[in-house]
Amino acid sequence: MSGQSTVTGASSAQGAAGRRGMKPVAKSVLKHAILCLAGIFFLGPFAYLLLTSVKSIDDIFAIPFVWWPKKLYFANYSNAVHAIPFLRYTLNTLFVSLMCVLGELIAAPLTAYGLARIPFKGRNVVFMVMMGTIMLPAQSTMVPLYILYNKMNMVNTYWPLILPAFFGAAYYIFLLRQFFMGIPWEITESAKIDGASEFRIYTRMILPLSIPALFTVGLLVFLSSWKDYQLPLIYLNDPNKWTLSVGLKAFIGEHNVEWGMLMAAASLFTIPIIILYFFVQKVFIQGITLTGSK
Amino acid sequence: MAKILNDNAIGIRRRNRKVLIVGLLFTSPWIIGFFIFQLYPILASFYYSLTEYNLFSPPKWVGLGNYRKLFHDDKFYLSMYNTLYITIVGVVPHMAYALAMALLLNAKVKGQSLYRTIYFLPTLVPAVASSLLWMWLLNSQYGLINMGLHYIGIAGPNWLVDPDWTKPSLILMGFWGTGTITVMYLAALQDVPKMYYEAAEIDGASKWRQFWVITFPSISPMTLFQLIMMLIASFQYFTEGLVFAEATQSTGGPENSLLFYSIYLYQQAFSFLNMGYASAMAWMLFVVVMICALVIFRTSARWVYYGGDK
Repeated sequence: MSGQSTVTGASSAQGAAGRRGMKPVAKSVLKHAILCLAGIFFLGPFAYLLLTSVKSIDDIFAIPFVWWPKKLYFANYSNAVHAIPFLRYTLNTLFVSLMCVLGELIAAPLTAYGLARIPFKGRNVVFMVMMGTIMLPAQSTMVPLYILYNKMNMVNTYWPLILPAFFGAAYYIFLLRQFFMGIPWEITESAKIDGASEFRIYTRMILPLSIPALFTVGLLVFLSSWKDYQLPLIYLNDPNKWTLSVGLKAFIGEHNVEWGMLMAAASLFTIPIIILYFFVQKVFIQGITLTGSK
Repeated sequence: MAKILNDNAIGIRRRNRKVLIVGLLFTSPWIIGFFIFQLYPILASFYYSLTEYNLFSPPKWVGLGNYRKLFHDDKFYLSMYNTLYITIVGVVPHMAYALAMALLLNAKVKGQSLYRTIYFLPTLVPAVASSLLWMWLLNSQYGLINMGLHYIGIAGPNWLVDPDWTKPSLILMGFWGTGTITVMYLAALQDVPKMYYEAAEIDGASKWRQFWVITFPSISPMTLFQLIMMLIASFQYFTEGLVFAEATQSTGGPENSLLFYSIYLYQQAFSFLNMGYASAMAWMLFVVVMICALVIFRTSARWVYYGGDK
């Protein structure tokens, strides 16, 4: 990604370093040393998570400290899966996350298309207000929304978690708008002259061209929904309806010192998204950076 | 284009109206959602903040009573202090750290994308799981961190139980999740035109000076964006605090040192069913966030530089 452009930068940087008396090799070694140290800081906890998850209680509390378990203790995993309805929580979480993805992928591109490619009066106002809502703290709307859902008998259902997605979230709309604006106008202009409606242009031309962007948004929605704790905590009272976040949190309270089992549960919660990430890493990083640019 | 010029005024107006209708139709999902999920709740929250309401009996009007009570509520001040602490002590170091990592990665380094992946991984871990993991790492007796400190001859603090150390624990954990900011900074750094640096090299500017004169101004829009997003996230600090409080089997942690504003608000609303009181807290939060955002935007003209090429 950085390929050709940094080559000149690096050689001139080396020249500058040489002038200041520091050997380029020494500089590069120092740089890698810092990066590796940071790498250990980021990866270490992961390793420790997995390592603890296969340690027996004896190994966990052993003094002196035992790095590598004497015997891999996979029972933590089966204990964790049996101590909480793991499969049930996983399916619940999966259901909520996929519904959010579906809703967001229906609503967000529609709105984004309107904002990116239809020059209607008041469009800028809509856009400004929308960007303003990104800054709106969720807590400031939480109580009235709860009261509203309570009146509609939707508390303890999945609706409060899913419904907002079907109206589009500003962050994802913004991301898609940026993408749609980058599609050359010439592509759609001729179709418009031929009398194609905006909706037809949207479904037949823009959406097919935007599959990578839609994919990114879908992933971001899936992840944020998978990880969410606050909404399921507020709205889901029935333990059978819990998602993994809420289930795991309750699990912590009940099994305070069973670290092996807790780490096994945390691993099971995390590993699926890490695997997902490795499959789609490139698109994902692109999406993250697209959001941030400007 | 030529066709529009030939149209008469009525035609233009009709066309404009059609464009308006189509535009509104396309944007209607968000517009309707805005009214239901944002505008109505904000206004309703102001109304509820002037009442006493427990979901069961109808709201009872109390005027500014909730606000008066707030200003005499020690826990309100404490939760505000805790939130400000984690914001002021946490946000800037986290950003500086993320930027430093991005700068190191941006220079031609072998294995750049591998490092980037490693730094990004922790941000994928759900907050409940990452907080649980850090509770274990910070365990005063058996945790990896205190064992490491012991190894180099330092007696580590009782991170999660000593009220002076609970918030620093959270901030320490926060460094682990700075990968997203690093990735976004890295993208911003790669957009800085290389010729600026070449020119500076010819002028003999030091690396330090190059950073402040070229790099920092060029990426300042990203810094502004990150600063605002992180401030807002920090004001809403919730999940991690709640999980860490589990170490002492409480809601607010040791001596309520983990009672953050959002946690107290949540407690008032959903544990005590003081919907009116919670709404008053929500409104205060809303006003504070808006003022902060306004101040940052107003002062940003002085330090944010928008290049002409975009």
